[in-house]
Formats: sequence, structure tokens, C-alpha cells
Amino acid sequence: MTAQIEFRDVTLGYDRHPAVHHLDGEVASGALLAVIGPNGAGKSTLFRGLVGILKPLAGSIQTGGLDVKDVAYLPQTVDIDRSFPISVYDFVGTGLWRSTGFFGGMGREARDRIAHALAAVGLNGFENRPIGTLSGGQMQRMLFARVLLQDARLIVLDEPFNAIDAKTSADLLDLVKRWHAEKRTVLAALHDMELVRSHFPETLLLARGPVAWGSTADVLTAENLLEARRMCEAFDESAAACAVDDLPSRAA
Amino acid sequence: MLYDALIAPFTDFEFMRRALAAVIALALGGAPIGVFLMLRRMSLVGDAMAHAILPGAAIGFLLSGLNLFAMTTGGLIAGFAVAILAGAVARSTEMKEDASLATFYLVSLALGVTIVSIKGTNIDLLHVLFGNILAMDDPTLLVIASNATITLLVLAVIFRPLVIESVDPVFLRTVSRAGAPSHLLFLALVVINLVNGFQALGTLLAVGLMILPAGIARFWSRDITGMICIAVVSAIVSGYAGLVLSFQTKVPSGPAIILVAAALYAGSVLFGSVGGLVRQMFPGRHLEA
Repeated sequence: MTAQIEFRDVTLGYDRHPAVHHLDGEVASGALLAVIGPNGAGKSTLFRGLVGILKPLAGSIQTGGLDVKDVAYLPQTVDIDRSFPISVYDFVGTGLWRSTGFFGGMGREARDRIAHALAAVGLNGFENRPIGTLSGGQMQRMLFARVLLQDARLIVLDEPFNAIDAKTSADLLDLVKRWHAEKRTVLAALHDMELVRSHFPETLLLARGPVAWGSTADVLTAENLLEARRMCEAFDESAAACAVDDLPSRAA
Repeated sequence: MLYDALIAPFTDFEFMRRALAAVIALALGGAPIGVFLMLRRMSLVGDAMAHAILPGAAIGFLLSGLNLFAMTTGGLIAGFAVAILAGAVARSTEMKEDASLATFYLVSLALGVTIVSIKGTNIDLLHVLFGNILAMDDPTLLVIASNATITLLVLAVIFRPLVIESVDPVFLRTVSRAGAPSHLLFLALVVINLVNGFQALGTLLAVGLMILPAGIARFWSRDITGMICIAVVSAIVSGYAGLVLSFQTKVPSGPAIILVAAALYAGSVLFGSVGGLVRQMFPGRHLEA
């Protein structure tokens, strides 16, 4: 299978401090990849780099010529202003940006697609509700509905099942499996090891750098998980410049 | 009697009709901008920008007199200079953007008042600081109306990205590069409408006809389109009632308009259907679902 995403010795971070350090690897087109690791491991940072809202400090991320419109990103809900006066219908409708852009109207087809997306996540009857009145699980369902509408080839989900009940998780997981069956590439940051073992064939274990990457059974070993737990979360103000970049093999 | 008090000032005096046309134009352009300022938690940024654009407007005023086109151009340059400098300092140092903006707008305000005082007269200074909506000539009225038209047209173009950027900026950044240009255009609209408000309300109150109607609208609607409509209507009502109040009582027109808007705001805080105090105290029986 051809690679859709290539991480080439990529380092991502903030203010010169790396959050993901020297990551190399490829994600095949149509893959279903779980990205796991402790809090602060760099999962969200990796995704922000992947969808193009964070520039790498070093290295590069190739997405096989995918346009921004071919990428759907489900962020953590903290990034959303829930007090903004917008209805569920209008919020989900923003997922049609690819076809509507600045001025495109919402014709019958667009309205049908929104209705189908809301039905697919079990939010019928919520169309006119302000987003600020939704529960955590309903909010997550709404974000999934928007991803559905984006109809993207690459789907990036940042902790999609956090703080939601088992029924909602199961419903949304079905959607993820459907996307996988449709040969879309799906990356999801997760914490639930059992869920990863049961449903995700491939896993990247991250701890500010790659600990292991491969088939889920090979990655989720006791040794690898222990190594990830030893991850240093320190943010050292006086850290020296990264020596890896000075190695003779890299200078060449 | 009622006719004499409410209608006659406008049928009898041309300057009152011009003033009314001006406040309607100001309301149509400024109130929607105010709603976005409020929803983007930039209400005080609008106030700071009103002060920041003073030196530019003052230089325009000195070069061309009370020519709103020159003042708008000068204001735009000064507004962007302050916004960009404040942003650059915030991003390149430990200083937060609000503190940085406060510093620059104070410097800017001091510069503006200095420029007007050195080159102009005290009457000029009072005019710039407090405005005079009762002295609208044709060219000024035309510029105010043009600015309001430009505002509505540009707002229509950037409305969708502006809404998305306000509610979910990360999403907009992943699907489009329209976020930054839309934000810059929005800032330009803020400056244009502030300069528009200079003539009517002066630098100190220019932001009033943008922010107060937006605050009023927040208490009556949960929907952005509804908010914009309510904000425009309440701005027009404030403008009209303020002019009548000013005509009948000799209260200066700018403060009269803002005081009427403030009264509407107070009424909304008390009786608004969305989160008003009375509604909170007497919510009625709870519903079944």
C-alpha cells in the first residue's frame, strides 16, 4: 500500500522546545492508526503539525499531495468557544466549507447531507439547539457529524472518546470503523488500551519521541509501556541545542 | 404636542435630518461590527483602537480639515500600526497582547492630542474628542454612508469565515487560509467605523454606538443574525431618541445618544429574555424535557 503520510525526522514543539522529537515513519493510505502515550507525550502536537497548523521545528511532514480540503481534523473540545451563539445545524454545516466556501448557499442537497450527518450521530431534533447547551457526549457527536460532512481522505481525531459514556463511544467507534472500511486514512489519539487492542491494527506509542511503531500487538508490550511512562516531562529552560542535528551523518 | 416633541425637530430643521441620516448610517455599519467585537471578546480592544487611531485621524484633520476621507486614511494607518506593533511586541516578548495594546494606545492617544493641540485650536480638539453630529455637511454625510456601505459589503464577504474563526479558529485554519485575511479585514472595518463615529460622537464615545447595542442584543437573542438585527435597531433607536433628547434639553448630542443606549442596556440587563436579571429571579416552573 502506498504511503499517504511520511514523517521525515520531524521535530515539533513550541518556542524551540520539542514536544515530538525526531519522528521518522510512514502511514499507509487507508491505515487505521492509534497514537497513544501519556499526557504531554506530544500526541496533539503531532496532529497539529500533521494538519498544518504548527510548523515543524525541523524535518518535514509529507502528505502525498493531499490538499487542506482532503483533511478533516477533530480537535479537543477545549479549542471551541461554546458560548458563541451558533446552532448545532449551522455548526455542523461548516463541514461543507469544501463545497460552499465563502458564499455557497445551502441548497436542498446540502441540507439533506447535514440532516443525514446529524442522524448518523444520533442528533436528530438537536438542529436548533445552541451548541453551548450540549453535553460533552453530544458535543463530541456533533464534531463527528462535521467530520462526516467534510468527506475527507485523511481523518485526524484528537482524543475523540474522552469523557463520554460507553454508548456514545461505541456509536462513534462504529463511524471510525466505517471510515476505515471506506479506505480513508484515520489517525486517532487515544488513552484506552483495550479499545486500541480491539479495534486498531496499527499503533504509534509516543513519549515526546517515538517509543514504538508497528502492529498494535507488537507495540503494546509491557516494556514499551514502561518506557513510555518513564518519559521526562521536564521543560528545561537551559537545555542545550539538540546534539542529534550535529551528528556527522546528518551534517552530510 | 407629541408631534412637536418627536417629529417636528426633523421636519423643521435640516441639520436634524442630516444628523438622523448619519446615525442611521452609523448604526447600520457599526452595530454588526460591535456584535462581532463582543462575541470575539474584543469589546475593550475596540475601545483601545478608538484611542489608537487618534494620531492618524489628527494628522488627516490637520492636513485637510474635517475631511472624513483624510481622517479615515490616517486612522487606518495609525490603527494598523498600533495593532501590528502591539502584536509584534506580544509575540516576541513576555508581554501579553492586552497589556501591549494598552501601552501603544496610550502613547498613540497622547501623540494624537499633542498633534491637535500644537497645530489646531481648542475648538478643534473638542470637536475631535467629542464630535458634533449636528454639524454634518454633504461630503461628510456621504463618506459616513459610503463607509457604512463598504462595511456591510465587506462583512457579507467575510461573514462565514469570521463566524467560524470566532467559534472554532482551529477548524478554520485546517480548512482554509481565510482566517488571517478575514481578521485583518475585520480590524479594518473596526477602524473605518470608529473614524465614522468620530464626527458624530468623538473619539471618546465613537465605540459606544458599536458596543452598547451589541450588549443590548445579547440579552434578547441566542442567534447571531437575530443579535445583529436587534443591535442595528437599538442603535437606530438610541440615535433617534438621543437626537430628540439633545434637541429638547441642550444635552450634547453625542453623550445624549450614548446615554439613551445605556438606558436601553440597563433595561435589557433587567428584563432581557436571554439571561436578564428578572428572568433569572422569576424563571417560571421548570419544563418536562
